[in-house]
Amino acid sequence: MPINYYIFLSIALFAIGIVGVLTRRNAIIIFMCIELMLNAVNLMLVAFSKMHHLAKAGTVATAGTDGQLFVFFIMVVAAAEVSVGLAIIVMMYRNIHSVDVNFLNRLKH
Amino acid sequence: MNITHILFWFLSVLAVFSALMVITSKNPVHSVLWLIVTFFAISGHYILLNAQFLAIVNIIVYAGAIMVLFLFVIMLMNLNKSTEPIKHRWLQWAGAIAGLCLMLVLVAALKDTEIKGQAALVNSGDIGLIKNLGRELFTTYVVPFEISSILFLSAMVGAAVIGKKE
Repeated sequence: MPINYYIFLSIALFAIGIVGVLTRRNAIIIFMCIELMLNAVNLMLVAFSKMHHLAKAGTVATAGTDGQLFVFFIMVVAAAEVSVGLAIIVMMYRNIHSVDVNFLNRLKH
Repeated sequence: MNITHILFWFLSVLAVFSALMVITSKNPVHSVLWLIVTFFAISGHYILLNAQFLAIVNIIVYAGAIMVLFLFVIMLMNLNKSTEPIKHRWLQWAGAIAGLCLMLVLVAALKDTEIKGQAALVNSGDIGLIKNLGRELFTTYVVPFEISSILFLSAMVGAAVIGKKE
């Protein structure tokens, strides 16, 4: 499969995530769009890893392993990030009884 | 047009469509369910690329653990009716146009790179299997692996401290 297809698919998913972050006001939906962007990057890394494996298959047997391990570490960090982020959103809901990010403008004044 | 191409296009269309539904659904619960569909489509892409370990981890960690956590928080806050106030119409348009401009710039920058002619190996290659990844993880990457355990411990403590009622 040509690598260009994977690049364009990842760009499309990443741009959809960006549009979601910019147009929605619900903090949980914004958080989900960030997860979507992380997954777009993961897909790109796996595709590049397989591309590298194909290019170096004759000389190095395990070429491209690093890309897949980076994806594994991104998943680890994303899991930790989600637990802390959802705790922050729950605390925000408890204090202002809403998850609308436009209420969080105290730094503006 | 063999079965690999058909599967690639089906999974790509499914991923992009469900990602669009994530950002356009009014109901947050529907957004979470569409995001789960997106993650399954991306896992299908991993299986197509023969990255079987990552496909299973993606389903278990993302579709299993993280999305259940999201759903749990949404249910806890009783957000399943669409109460979200809408942004100004022109602000929404500005966001959409900004995202599309980013997509245009990235596509224009990356469509003629030097790796254009290369291909990703689908359906074969054994670097994505657990044997190879596990050996590499516990020899070359053993220090980041141990550090990630400290990260998990601190995230657990942080979530408990933030979520505590004072």
